[in-house]
Amino acid sequence: MNLPTVEIRPYAAIRFASYGAAFIILAFSVFFLWSIASQANSVFSFSFWLELPENAGRSGGIYPVLVSTFLIVSVCALISLPFGLATAAFLVVFTRADTRLSRCLRICLDALAATPSIVFGLFGAAFFGELLGLGFSILSGGLTLACMILPLLIRMTEKALREVPQEFSLQAEALGFSQVNLFIKVLVPLAAPALTATFILGIARALAETAALLFTSGYVLRTPESLLDSGRTLSIHIFDLAMNVPGGDAAAFSSALALLLILFIISLGATLFERRWSSSLELR
Amino acid sequence: MKRNQIRIVSSDLEDASYGICEDGEEGLGGCATLSVNDLSLHYGSQPAFENVSAHFKPCAITSVIGPSGCGKTSFLYSLNRLIDLFDSARVEGTIRFGRLEISNPDCDIVALRRRMGMIFQQPRPFPFSIRKNFHLPLREHGMKDSGERDAVMEDALRSVGLWPEVKDRLSTSASNLSGGQQQRLCIARTLALKPEVLLLDEPCSALDPIAAGVVEELICSLRGRFTVIVVTHNLSQARRISDDAAVFWIRDGVGTLVEHGPANQIFEQPEQEITAAYVSGLRG
Repeated sequence: MNLPTVEIRPYAAIRFASYGAAFIILAFSVFFLWSIASQANSVFSFSFWLELPENAGRSGGIYPVLVSTFLIVSVCALISLPFGLATAAFLVVFTRADTRLSRCLRICLDALAATPSIVFGLFGAAFFGELLGLGFSILSGGLTLACMILPLLIRMTEKALREVPQEFSLQAEALGFSQVNLFIKVLVPLAAPALTATFILGIARALAETAALLFTSGYVLRTPESLLDSGRTLSIHIFDLAMNVPGGDAAAFSSALALLLILFIISLGATLFERRWSSSLELR
Repeated sequence: MKRNQIRIVSSDLEDASYGICEDGEEGLGGCATLSVNDLSLHYGSQPAFENVSAHFKPCAITSVIGPSGCGKTSFLYSLNRLIDLFDSARVEGTIRFGRLEISNPDCDIVALRRRMGMIFQQPRPFPFSIRKNFHLPLREHGMKDSGERDAVMEDALRSVGLWPEVKDRLSTSASNLSGGQQQRLCIARTLALKPEVLLLDEPCSALDPIAAGVVEELICSLRGRFTVIVVTHNLSQARRISDDAAVFWIRDGVGTLVEHGPANQIFEQPEQEITAAYVSGLRG
């Protein structure tokens, strides 16, 4: 019997390759974090988070950038999350899967989700900036970001809701639930973990964005006083420090690490929130 | 809103005439009569069953038997309009329930489904706490007082014999119950809404023999209080529990009702040859 030796060799190779790939990814992650952290020396002092930038950002802190980032992402989240959930509810609960309207909607969403963000930036500048007269502002940037992440958010929310086993919808319908309550009281709680992941991904995309914001929220390095002021996000701050400010590299790395920390805190917070929500429903 | 007119109060459950309905005068023993006339169902162009006419004896147990794929479950789904959820399904013919015309598109489906409870093959209570499994549907049907909902829950759980087993763990997840307990919970949850008709779709076939026996006894105990229509593949079970039996068969690829009458007649002296062959185990 030479069958075992013939069989084992490719299996061993596949096993080796799979272990190897996992190890390389792990090693890369550690190296990636280390390479940023090792050059981001100022991030661990309070003054970096709370002080105004000096010398075009080469030294000082990132306080105004943090404020702008928070405001822009908040505008984006406040618009896109309810809108996304409502549209996904329409697709999953309130219309049949194969109507012409829902099929058109899905095609549009998929096309929009694949559109480069710079195109959303141009659109945002023309529509929110010029036509609605918002100019370079937090509001204009936040709304543009909302437009940009909505297609992905809607499709992922739809998917999350569809992954709830159909038996539960059938049970709810058989018990005489209205469609609204079937959605709010059954589908959304049962999809909570996937919806949280969708939320984190959407916010992460918004936080990472630069191109869509260059023409909409601008890149003024000062603390915004209202939603109609211009302001720069962390991502744009990093872009500007790295591209336009000679000697700004150290500050760019510090800002990059700050961005990663913020992302980590958001996803940790969202996950903890989802845990509490689920356990309050005895889902776990 | 029509649905707000349905008020379920806990005292109803203590009422001896538990199954009484608004259209009671039309039926025997307090249940409204349910009859279908020339009912056909197509999925797209594919017929599931055609020209089914039957009159279900009020407050009796009717078993619907027949080989797989003859449209028994689809027939059950047509009765409480759950078939509406299936995109391609098209129903023709009339279903009358007391004075209510179920097949009428304007029929108040929420009210209908409260009056006509349904139990599925797979016992799937919502993966929330046991208490929430009762509170959600009762709240949905307008019972605002939480104490009242608790009382209805206790009565319903007692009526299926589940109360002693779960009374100390009402806030734990219903998913932790055994299969048989989950099925009894589903039945109790349906009974809590004070229905008149119970539609059971193979309620015992996903359970172990002992749990199946308990659920079967429970179904028998509902005789005289509800109109029970139970789809089953288990001929000996059908023989044990039913007053009436309806035999579905596939003719030329289309489901049809071949014989409907008292159970002992169907099992002992069937009129149709095909029924005789089926109940004696020669066909099917």
